[in-house]
Amino acid sequence: MKRDNSSALEVAHLTKRYGEVLAVDDISFQVNQGELFGFLGPNGAGKTTTINMLIGLARPDTGAINIGGIECTRNPKAAQHLVGVVPDESNLYSELTGFENLCFCAALYGMRKKERQERAWELLNTFGLSDAANRKFNGYSKGMKRKLTFAAGIIHQPPILFLDEPTTGIDVASARQVRQIIAGLHRRGTSIFLTTHYIEEAERLCERIAFIVNGRIVQTDLTVNLLQPVKGRNVLFLSISNSRASLAGEMASAFPQYQFQFPTPGQVRIESEEPVNVGPLIRFLEERGFQVIEARRHLPSLEDIFIRVTGIEAELMRKDKEKAGGGGGD
Amino acid sequence: MKRWIAFSNIFTKDMRAYYLKPPNVSWGIIFPLAWTGMFFIRSGLGLESVLELLPGVVTISILFGTTSLLSVTLTFERRSRSFERLILAPISLELLMMAKTSGAILFGIVNAFIPIVIAAFLADMSGIVWSLVVPAIILIGIVSTFLGLFISVSASEVFEAQTFSNFFRFPMIFLCGLFFPILSLPIFIRWLSYILPVTYGVDILHGAVNGEHTMSYTLDFAILGAFCVVLFLLSLHNIKHKWIN
Repeated sequence: MKRDNSSALEVAHLTKRYGEVLAVDDISFQVNQGELFGFLGPNGAGKTTTINMLIGLARPDTGAINIGGIECTRNPKAAQHLVGVVPDESNLYSELTGFENLCFCAALYGMRKKERQERAWELLNTFGLSDAANRKFNGYSKGMKRKLTFAAGIIHQPPILFLDEPTTGIDVASARQVRQIIAGLHRRGTSIFLTTHYIEEAERLCERIAFIVNGRIVQTDLTVNLLQPVKGRNVLFLSISNSRASLAGEMASAFPQYQFQFPTPGQVRIESEEPVNVGPLIRFLEERGFQVIEARRHLPSLEDIFIRVTGIEAELMRKDKEKAGGGGGD
Repeated sequence: MKRWIAFSNIFTKDMRAYYLKPPNVSWGIIFPLAWTGMFFIRSGLGLESVLELLPGVVTISILFGTTSLLSVTLTFERRSRSFERLILAPISLELLMMAKTSGAILFGIVNAFIPIVIAAFLADMSGIVWSLVVPAIILIGIVSTFLGLFISVSASEVFEAQTFSNFFRFPMIFLCGLFFPILSLPIFIRWLSYILPVTYGVDILHGAVNGEHTMSYTLDFAILGAFCVVLFLLSLHNIKHKWIN
């Protein structure tokens, strides 16, 4: 992985309003050369509006965008030769075959015939699509369409890549393959701006992450730093048959070494710096007439940080997105 | 060189994906034939009127050929978001739109020669001034295409684009001197004829085919050229403000 401290992308005070709706509200961040930067937020948070402004599909109301050292706020065309884009929808040409689609996209970047054909075959092989090379795009499955769309975005080997929800709506195997390809591009030094609603995907891939909610960036940090507050913490979930309001106080008095939360009725979250001893907890609850249905150890992750910072339940965010886009990651 | 590769591939892709599709080829042939037949039957005239009708039929073939297909292809690509790929390519919007419209211009020009070829079998065409007809056909093709582009940019659905197109096209048949002289129109609507670009193209064709034109060729060509530039620039302005917002 190549890395230097210069910026592949710099965004300062970017704002975008659609009528009464403030879609993006004064956001600033930078992506270093060779960095994989995650942009994480729920549906409607402003992720796609941000990416559209960065690539030149939307015009910012205020703010500045600098890509690869080129000031391109008012002239997005200036840096488009440096940029590859994988949009959130598979938007290739239904009437062309997979091979023709890739060759056409390569031609848009001025690649000569021999070069674009060689590159198209290389990518078809990389994405496991060579058998479907001569099939029309509208005959592809959803996962195949997504992979070909990804391949089209990197056909010209751009040094800066924008990925908008690259694994949404595709099967587990394809999602895994796409993640491996993203990791490979990152290792070879491509600067990547990734928007996703899959928190585990961001945690696994990204070096630095920004959380965006209601058009505002609420936190930006290295993934390792974001994870620091939950590092070494022990979390246990207990599912119980019923609950009552006084239980929280009773448990806190009996076990002062633990922190208790009741995220839903019938569920108790216990957090501690020391390993949680399950036996006394179960006995305590059963003596008071509660039946313990399940005890589940939980490894704290970026999801916990996301919930803490944004107040949004990650599971709700995922379901919301999948309702809109279908499918899911692994 | 890189820009030429992009331009030629957009043009070739559009020709293959849209204009050379069998339904569109047959539309390109049947439509001018139908118009020619319709006007012959309606006029009740003999073969001597072929050259009289030719400028109108040629123009109508170009106008409908270019505007119909361009509005469909652009609106369709915008709906499927594949047009975004073109906007994201490192080529200027001007070059991109020239590439996108060049297929429609060529389609319109080819359409124009179908009634001409038919007429060649039915009438003596030795008096036609081809040095005027050919550039006039090319300019009518360009201005009709850019009119189609201007309309398409305002539409978000294919049916909207078709409706807007008809709003312009059908009045043009009657107002632009295709089959009825402008001077025979009521004076209070005659001004409409002069704000429609096709009027000037038809005037050149009437002059080149029948020797009957009402304005100087220089003025006709200059106004047609000006319409091409204005419609193209207006379309680009609208794309920048409506599609990239």
